[in-house]
Amino acid sequence: MKKAELLCALAFLIVLGLLALVGLPGNILNLFIFMMIITLTAQGWNLLGGYGGLSSFGHAAFFGTGAYAMTVLQTSFGINAWVALVCGVALGALVGAFIGFLSFRAGLKGSYFALITLAFAEVLRILANSWDFTGGAAGMMIKLQNGFAYLQFSDRRYFFLILLVFVALALFLSRWLERSAFGAYLIALRENDQAAQALGVDIFRVKMQAITLSAGLTALAGCLYAQNFLFIDANVAYGSWISIEALFAAIVGGAGTLIGPLIGAVLLLGLGEVTKSFSGGIAGLDLVVFGIILVLCVAFAPNGIRGFFANLKRRRSAAAEAA
Amino acid sequence: MYSPTIILEALVNGLMLGAVYALIALGLTLIYGVLHIVNFAHGALLTVSMYLVWIGCEYFGLDPYVAILFVTPAMFAIGYFLQRLVIGPASRGSDNGILLVTLGLSIVIQNLLLAGFNSDTRTIVTDYAFGVIPLGPLLLSQPRVIGLAVSVVTAGLLWLVLNRTDIGKAIRAVAKEKLGASLVGIDVAHVYAMTFAIGTACLAIAGGLLMPSFYVSPTTGAAFVLVAFTIVVLGGMGSIPGALIGGLLIGVVEAASSLFLGDSLGQIGIFLIFILVLLFKPTGLFGAR
Amino acid sequence: MKTLTNSFSRRTVLKAGGAAATILAAPGLVRAQAPIVKIGLVQPITGAFAGDGDLARIGAEYAVKEINDAGGIKALGGAKIQLLIGDSRSNAEAGAQATEQLKTDGAVIVVGGFASGIAMTASQAAARYELPFIIDGAVSDGLMTRGLKSVFRFGPSFGASADVALKNLVAINDAAGKAAKTVAIVHEDGLLGSGLAKLMQQRLPPLGFQIVETISHPTPARDMSNVVLRLRSLNPDLIIPSMYFNEFVLLARTMQQQRVKPKGIYALFGGAASSYKFVSEFPDAAEGVMDVNHWGDPKNPTNAKLMEAVKATGKFYAYNTPINYSLIQIAAQAIEMAKSTESGALVEALAKNEFDSGVMPYGRTKFDATGQNVNALPLNTQVQGGDIKVVYPEQFAQSKPKFPANG
Repeated sequence: MKKAELLCALAFLIVLGLLALVGLPGNILNLFIFMMIITLTAQGWNLLGGYGGLSSFGHAAFFGTGAYAMTVLQTSFGINAWVALVCGVALGALVGAFIGFLSFRAGLKGSYFALITLAFAEVLRILANSWDFTGGAAGMMIKLQNGFAYLQFSDRRYFFLILLVFVALALFLSRWLERSAFGAYLIALRENDQAAQALGVDIFRVKMQAITLSAGLTALAGCLYAQNFLFIDANVAYGSWISIEALFAAIVGGAGTLIGPLIGAVLLLGLGEVTKSFSGGIAGLDLVVFGIILVLCVAFAPNGIRGFFANLKRRRSAAAEAA
Repeated sequence: MYSPTIILEALVNGLMLGAVYALIALGLTLIYGVLHIVNFAHGALLTVSMYLVWIGCEYFGLDPYVAILFVTPAMFAIGYFLQRLVIGPASRGSDNGILLVTLGLSIVIQNLLLAGFNSDTRTIVTDYAFGVIPLGPLLLSQPRVIGLAVSVVTAGLLWLVLNRTDIGKAIRAVAKEKLGASLVGIDVAHVYAMTFAIGTACLAIAGGLLMPSFYVSPTTGAAFVLVAFTIVVLGGMGSIPGALIGGLLIGVVEAASSLFLGDSLGQIGIFLIFILVLLFKPTGLFGAR
Repeated sequence: MKTLTNSFSRRTVLKAGGAAATILAAPGLVRAQAPIVKIGLVQPITGAFAGDGDLARIGAEYAVKEINDAGGIKALGGAKIQLLIGDSRSNAEAGAQATEQLKTDGAVIVVGGFASGIAMTASQAAARYELPFIIDGAVSDGLMTRGLKSVFRFGPSFGASADVALKNLVAINDAAGKAAKTVAIVHEDGLLGSGLAKLMQQRLPPLGFQIVETISHPTPARDMSNVVLRLRSLNPDLIIPSMYFNEFVLLARTMQQQRVKPKGIYALFGGAASSYKFVSEFPDAAEGVMDVNHWGDPKNPTNAKLMEAVKATGKFYAYNTPINYSLIQIAAQAIEMAKSTESGALVEALAKNEFDSGVMPYGRTKFDATGQNVNALPLNTQVQGGDIKVVYPEQFAQSKPKFPANG
């Protein structure tokens, strides 16, 4: 079943890629690119918040670090885009390890962990907004240069394909995690951390590994965001909007599942486009509809969309057995 | 360096503003203490109450302080039914569910306000908005002094309700031991909704106190939510005296840091306190685990 | 026909997709009857800046109606302009998506932007297709240094505006016998305010002004009393604020309450002396405030008509309306000159020609090699007797500057 899921997700990505190659209108391609960036962000969130049960409200801290590293390294230091990408991921992971070290040392979890991540992200946002190093409030631009070495393409389909590859790799990473001992420990401490500790799991270490991995993946999304829009400022990179997108996508799709973040990101952003189109002339009506659908989702699919379908399937097979 | 008068004035100002922050935090901490949920719709509900006060002034010619008398029961009812009919059933008590539902609600509320009132800033003009009460060398803003007084009285009343009334006892019982409370016949869903209603009603008072000197637009509440979270954490999640003292303290810290660091970097001071409290004393000043 | 302005609502925009399909189905037939040219407008219709987007839309719709009533685009056989509105939802990412949508729906020129961050990503998206994009009043200097050939800016840059603001300040101050010597700068910590503060710190001292304090605050701000306390203790002659509307209201009200009365308040893009909303709601706090901002030419009769049109919707006139009105006029002129809707021809027409500037006080609009309109300039306005008057430069002035304001 898990394997089937992975294959389904990969097939979906391949279809997206083929669609892009055949030819998509610019607005659709643009939407797909954004969907995949949010998917990556949410996949990062999912490693910690989904599998580990440590819901962060501050993944913007990692996303923004990746985005800023990507931009600053390229513009101020003239470093190659790909090298900057690797550095961005590493820096994001480092920030994750730092926040994790402090919070897990203090034994924070639940709402407390959520709030402290939020506070760290806000501190970074305020700093990035006032330092000259990060361009201050004016934000920063990445110079327009096309070519593989610059990770910018005159034909954006190539960028999209690279994004799809990263999303696929993140899927494999999640799949590996699900099957590894590390993943088992992580899930164990989500279910009952005291029991896990009693069984000899080094929960501090497991949490540290999880947040580092999670932060690195989200930082990757931040790097690619910067590279796609070529402009960031503190509110874009470290703003709470991205923290919320990440957790929304993962939880709506199905937290702690392989394909939850992908389903969530695609549905939420798709839904946003759809509601936008029938709001008539009234500003804000589309987001009202969006919010209501979200609440209904939670009410009728408490384990995310993926959980909803898994339930249906279980019920159907139970019915089949009964018959 | 600033003259002592300026510093004193800034601190008193901070104290007065902090009292209104405390009132916002009061609702948040009460809801957290009993329902164990972080209510992300709190800011949006504050905005709603500010709009209700504005409507009272604009269409019914009420004074903002008089409007509080009408807006408070309205917000109480809104809070009760939101918890009873939406948040409770939709989230089924799961943490992630509550998080998503309250976030979703805040999106719905904020955008309903946008659709209904558009994004224009609304203000109320009163005679006393520019009034000052001279106290020695200090010029105290009249609305702020009223804000301080009403906030303290409200906190006191809330404490009395929780400690001296049947519903208050039921609320405390549910907060401590939900299962036990339901076994002795307390209607937990009702108590939850009552708690949420009281917490929301506090926002009505805060809205009325803010409007004479502030403005409202669909996103206004968000400006107060993070600072309210900080106060809740500082005072101890669920503690009412904690929220009041935490609010006053944060007000003073904000004033001092903005005087010496500037208003923008001054915000960092608040978050640093937030982080340090979480790291070293997550139960806050008055919280008990 | 009196509801024509309203008929260019979102509903019309939504039908655009359907209309495009019809054109594809029967090109000959449709073209013979009523040729249509689509111009895109990217503005924040929802989100934090929704009010500004609304005002911009009113201006653009007015221009479209005016052009169509006068017979449309003559070079294309009287083709009617259809305005497509792209909602940038007040954020940069959605700005890019809105532009992509406009391109897909067949816009031949896109105008707008409003905030620099949004203008940045929206124009970038257009540049990918070499679709001409004319930025409105977004001022960031960075916008025009990207080497994007199809991106133009109608309004003045931040640096140029600051130059004008300083030159005019010196002139006004000299005329008042150098009344102001000490200056305090109060600015929001975003792009606009921080940029201004930096510039002023470099440029004011050589002009003989002493900066006694620079205070920054976040947006949204909950309180201005600490800022005002500092101002009261320093008692500067002149206060230079740069912030958005709500914060300026808060600042001005708190200053009034705390009895802080400088000789003058001189804002750059401060929005106060260029906001009728502020003037009507707080006439006392607004009186005497000066602003350097985008502003329609008061001597142009169409500007008065735009003011009427805005008033009719129950809103308050601001610069968004005249600037977007004029942008549509420029786009229409470019299409006339290019005699084509093809992107390359339009970009060339925009780069090579001079244009009538609509209701903006820019004389003839001419874009330089970077795409910047070399003749763009902001105007000095002052709140006088409960109204907003242009006070400087003289050729546009409706009245003389009153400085010191409390003298």
